[in-house]
Amino acid sequence: MNDTNRDIVDTLAGLTLFGDLSRPQLEAVAHTFDEQWFSEGQRILRQGFTGTGLYVILEGQASVRIDGVDRATLGKGDFFGDISILLGEPPVADVVALQPLRCLVLGGPDTEPFLNSYPRVIYRMLQSVARRLRNANQWRS
Amino acid sequence: MAELNPSQVAASPDASAERPHPPGDYDLVVVGSGPGGLQASYWLSHLGIAHAHLSADPGPGGMFRRFPIFQRLLSWTRPYAPYERATRYYESYDWNSLLAEEPENRSLMPEIMDGISEFPSRPEMERNLTLFAQKTGRAVRYGTRWTATRRDGERFVLETTDGEYRARHVVFAIGAAEPWKPSTPGIEAVPHYADTGPAGEYAGKRVFLVGKMNSGFELAEGLLPWARQIVLCSPRDAKLSVVTRSLVGIRARYLQPYEDHALGGGIYILNAAIERIEKHPDGWRVFTRATLGGADLTLDVDVVIAATGFGSPLGDLGDLGVATFNQGKLPVLTPYWESASVPGLYFAGTISQAMAGLKKHGVPSNSGAVQGARYNARVLAEHIAREHYGWTPPRPEVPATEVVSYLLSEATRGPELWHQRSYLARILSFDEHEGIRDEGILPLAWFVDAPGGDAVAMTIEHTAEGEIRPAVYVRREGKVEEHVMPSDPLLDFESGEHRKQLRSLLSGLPGFHA
Repeated sequence: MNDTNRDIVDTLAGLTLFGDLSRPQLEAVAHTFDEQWFSEGQRILRQGFTGTGLYVILEGQASVRIDGVDRATLGKGDFFGDISILLGEPPVADVVALQPLRCLVLGGPDTEPFLNSYPRVIYRMLQSVARRLRNANQWRS
Repeated sequence: MAELNPSQVAASPDASAERPHPPGDYDLVVVGSGPGGLQASYWLSHLGIAHAHLSADPGPGGMFRRFPIFQRLLSWTRPYAPYERATRYYESYDWNSLLAEEPENRSLMPEIMDGISEFPSRPEMERNLTLFAQKTGRAVRYGTRWTATRRDGERFVLETTDGEYRARHVVFAIGAAEPWKPSTPGIEAVPHYADTGPAGEYAGKRVFLVGKMNSGFELAEGLLPWARQIVLCSPRDAKLSVVTRSLVGIRARYLQPYEDHALGGGIYILNAAIERIEKHPDGWRVFTRATLGGADLTLDVDVVIAATGFGSPLGDLGDLGVATFNQGKLPVLTPYWESASVPGLYFAGTISQAMAGLKKHGVPSNSGAVQGARYNARVLAEHIAREHYGWTPPRPEVPATEVVSYLLSEATRGPELWHQRSYLARILSFDEHEGIRDEGILPLAWFVDAPGGDAVAMTIEHTAEGEIRPAVYVRREGKVEEHVMPSDPLLDFESGEHRKQLRSLLSGLPGFHA
């Protein structure tokens, strides 16, 4: 885990969410987010708890769990916490680390200014959300 | 489980022993004599847990023996406050004194301050810590540097400059003051903040500061009367505490360089990544690339200083299996500050910031500062005592008619809750047979995720808008629900409205009646 900041920038460069950013912009992103590490079984988002952040997974896997039932698995490059921040509502699911999980996290209040500074990240987020919506609709039909 | 040993405890704080705790077998070893180590050792002794206490330094104080460079702290102590000194509630107004049970050992900081500033000077802080160590009889083996670590069965072996110490448990309170620099090409030759010389050395110089955190702004502020030009540079925009309305960002007392920058006064604040730094015979050349718009710049300066932060000197703990994060600067911890990957290794002091807790609304705990870490140390010592030494917490009964008043009083003036917002909480348990019990101050992250009976956690949280308000977590039949309560212009949470809401939230819990 003794990565240098430069390694984090390299990791970010390989994530779809940040794929359109220049190297200096990626360095700024690396300085804007905090790194957090979660042990297996640790809850990251808690269903019904306010004041959460935006998380981007760098390593490991997490489960999206609603009322104790696993609904989806998240992995490297996936992000979560976005819906709660955008809607200003508590998360409707727990997110639980399935294995040691390394994330970048941005506090909820910092998310809107961050996205305003990087419109291409908004576009990539919209693409991801659109995919989630499409998959949910396919599942329903 | 080891037994508490009063005779050893009585022998432990023997300050007259010039070099106590020689190498050998101990049940527990504390490493470090900064505020975190002194506070942890104090509470362990108070609970009757004998331990060896080692420090590489020649005396108490930790990082305050040297930092901050410009000799005045960021943490304040108000000598005159609404509460008497040496009372628990006064602690909210005194961020620098360590905690003690004995009234004569509390609130030491305001007795030392010279009245020039509410922010003590570095020597005053060092004196405060030295006085605490003396008055509480801390017995520390100074000048003993921990050099390596290994396992031997169920024991840890600490190799030191004096010999080997073997222990079942170790509390590392080794600070977070090891200079750290990123891997920017050329920065290895650049002096760190910690190497900053006397201000006069920078007279008439063009100074380039890498980093826009508090340490960078502290240097800029200190060099304003001396430097010819000051550039502060980092990839992201500077955050200001007066804007975030929390302790996140540059503290107000370092804002003069920011104002000078805004007024065009020879201070430049750049949002840029540093591509490389070159040393030249007559100075330095810094190549920057703008991150948030603007031009890429190449700057020729006389001095470059890396104000790029600090890490914890974790030594070879990674080889022992201690998982780390944040470029290896911090260990991965449980809510009780135990290594998540190597049970038996605990961390106290500023390293305890490695456990973020719920970090609601992006506002961190104050575990990275004395005013927060001192409470963590008490909770840690009690946790170790409970888990490994058979200590039974007092758990006093709270009459049902006093529950609402007690919890709202804690929310209004409980120093643990105020200094460790959304991290520490006052916990009450509700049981049909045992009644309502005060379980003490415990980590909120532990409470909300641990199984257990019906209980309530009262804490204080800080919202995105800078609002400070109580938050109540109610556990019923194993499920925890969050309830935030309204704020108050005078931060008085004992109003009729608060009482009514809390009564409603607690309704139906075993043994509770309004």
